[in-house]
Amino acid sequence: MPTGIDFTALSITFKLAGLTTLLLLLLGTPLAWWLTHTHWRFKFLLEAVVAMPLVLPPSVLGFYLLVALGPHGPVGKITEWLGGRPLAFTFTGLVVGSVFYSMPFVVQPLQNAFTTVGRRSLEVAATLQANPLDRFFTVAVPLARSGFLTAAVLGFAHTVGEFGVILMIGGNIPGETQVLSIAIYNHVEALEYARAHWLSGGLLLLSFCMLMMVYALNRRFMVIQP
Amino acid sequence: MSIEGRFRFERQNFILDVHLDIPGRGVTAIFGPSGSGKTSLLRAIAGLDRCHGGYMRIGDTLWQDGRTFVPPENRRLGFVFQDASLFTHLNVRRNLEYGFKRTPVAERKVSIEKITRLLGIGSLLERRPDQLSGGEQQRVAIARALAVSPKILLMDEPLSALDLPRKQEIMPYLESLHDELDIPILYVSHSLNEVARLADCLVLIEEGRIRATGAIGEMLTRFDLPLAHGDQAEVLVEANVAGHDDAFDLTYLDFPGGRLSVVRTGLPIGHAVRLRVAARDVSLTLEQHTGTSILNIFRATVEEIISEGSAQVTVRLAAGGVPLLSRITRKSSTLLDLERGKSVFAQVKSVALLS
Repeated sequence: MPTGIDFTALSITFKLAGLTTLLLLLLGTPLAWWLTHTHWRFKFLLEAVVAMPLVLPPSVLGFYLLVALGPHGPVGKITEWLGGRPLAFTFTGLVVGSVFYSMPFVVQPLQNAFTTVGRRSLEVAATLQANPLDRFFTVAVPLARSGFLTAAVLGFAHTVGEFGVILMIGGNIPGETQVLSIAIYNHVEALEYARAHWLSGGLLLLSFCMLMMVYALNRRFMVIQP
Repeated sequence: MSIEGRFRFERQNFILDVHLDIPGRGVTAIFGPSGSGKTSLLRAIAGLDRCHGGYMRIGDTLWQDGRTFVPPENRRLGFVFQDASLFTHLNVRRNLEYGFKRTPVAERKVSIEKITRLLGIGSLLERRPDQLSGGEQQRVAIARALAVSPKILLMDEPLSALDLPRKQEIMPYLESLHDELDIPILYVSHSLNEVARLADCLVLIEEGRIRATGAIGEMLTRFDLPLAHGDQAEVLVEANVAGHDDAFDLTYLDFPGGRLSVVRTGLPIGHAVRLRVAARDVSLTLEQHTGTSILNIFRATVEEIISEGSAQVTVRLAAGGVPLLSRITRKSSTLLDLERGKSVFAQVKSVALLS
C-alpha cells in the first residue's frame, strides 16, 4: 500500500503539473498567437527552439538547466543577486524546468488552433467594431477552445510523466522535489514492487483518463496529435 | 455627400492605382474581371489592408490620409465577404447582436427586428450557422453587417459562392436594401447581370486602374468601353407601370421613348421598374411595319455605329433620349444605309423585367 511519502510525492506532482500548466497557458498563449500571426522571416528559428524538448533527451535539457540554475549559472547569479538561493534542487527550479520541457505540448496545439481560426473571423469582428483584445477574447478564444483544452491536458499530463529533467535539476528530495515518477524509481530500486505497482498503475490510469478526455471532447474537431 | 478614395500599392506583380470619386448614395458597383483588383480596393477602403499614402473620406468623415489611419473597428462600416464567415460559436441572434452591441446607443439607426424582417431571417434566429443553407448564411451575414448602422455597406462578391437558385433567392433582398435603407452600398462584382439589377453607378476597373466611372445606363452604352461590345451588350431602361390590359393579360410600361408591352405583372400602376434590353434582341427598320408580331416598336435616331468583327455592327440609338443598342449584320446596316442622325424604327423582340 502507498505510504505517507507516496502521497506527498503525489501532491508535489500535481502541484508541479498544475502550476506548470497555468504558467504555460499564460506564456504560451501570447507566444502561440504571435507565431500564428507574425510575418517575421525567422519565425522558424523560434518554432524550432520551442519544439526542441520533443526530440532532446531529457538529461540534456536537464543538464543545461542545472548549469543555468546552479550558483555559477546565469540564472543562479540573478537569483543570488536578487537575494534568493539558487533554484537548482528546489521546487521553483522544477517549475522552471517543466515549463521549458512541456512548452511544445502547450504551444503547438494552441498555434494549430489559432491557425484554424484564421484571419477571416478576426477581420469580420474588426468590421463589427471589436478592437484587437475584444476580438481575441470574443472570437479567437471561443473558436480555439478545443486547442486550449488539448494544450492544458497535454501540458499537465506531460509534466506528470516527467522524469529525466526532474532527476537532473531537482534531485530526489522527499517532501520537496520528489515526484511520483521518481518515487516509483526509488521503490523499484529498493525492490518494493508492490508499492511501485500501486503508483505506476495509478499513473497509468490517470494518463489514460486524461487523454481519453481530450480525444472524446475533440472528436468533432480535427485532433491535434501529441 | 460624396465618397472619395485614393490608393496606390503593389501586390505580387500587380499595381493598384485608383482615384475613386462616387456619389454618397445608392448602389455603386465596382465591376471588372477577376484579378483586376476589385477586392484589394474594397479591403483598402475598409482599412482591412493598410495602404500607406492612401486617402479615404466618406462625406465629412476622414478615414485615412497621410497622418490619419482609422482602424476598421472605428470606421463603422458594414462589410460582407464572399463567404458568409458567420461566427460558428454563436447562434444567428448573437451573430447579429455582436456588432449591434458594439454600436453606441445614440448611433443605432436600425433595430435588429427591422433588419431581421428586411432579410427574412426571423425564423432562423435561434439556429446555429452550420444549420443554415448557403443562401441563409449569406442573408445573415448581410444582416449582421447592417446591424452596426454602417455609414457605408461594402459587399465583396456576396453572391459568387452561391449557386444560381441561391443567387435568385438573395437578389430580391439586395434590391430591397437599395429601396429601404439610406446607406450607400459599394458592390464588387464580376457579374454584369448582378450589376445591371442592383447598381445606380458603375466603376469599371481593369488591371488595377479605374477605366471609367458613371451612371450605369450611360456606362453600358459607351462605345469606348468594353461593356457595349460583345454578345452580352445590353441597355437598362427605367420605366413606370402605366396600366394593365385585362383582355390580353399584358402590362404597359411607359418610358420616354414610348410604351412597352410585357407579360402581365402584379405591379401597381406608377411603380418604377428597371428593364434590360439586350442588343441582339433589337432589330431596325426604316418604316414602321404593321404586319409584324413584335409589339414593342419605337421611333429612334441613330447616334453611332461601330463594327464588331467583320460581319456585325452595333448601333447606338436614342429613343426619346433613352439609349438603346442594336446588334445587326454589317450587310443590314449597308442595305438600310444607316448613318448618324438617321431616323429608324427599333423593334424590340424581348425585354427582361429586373425589379
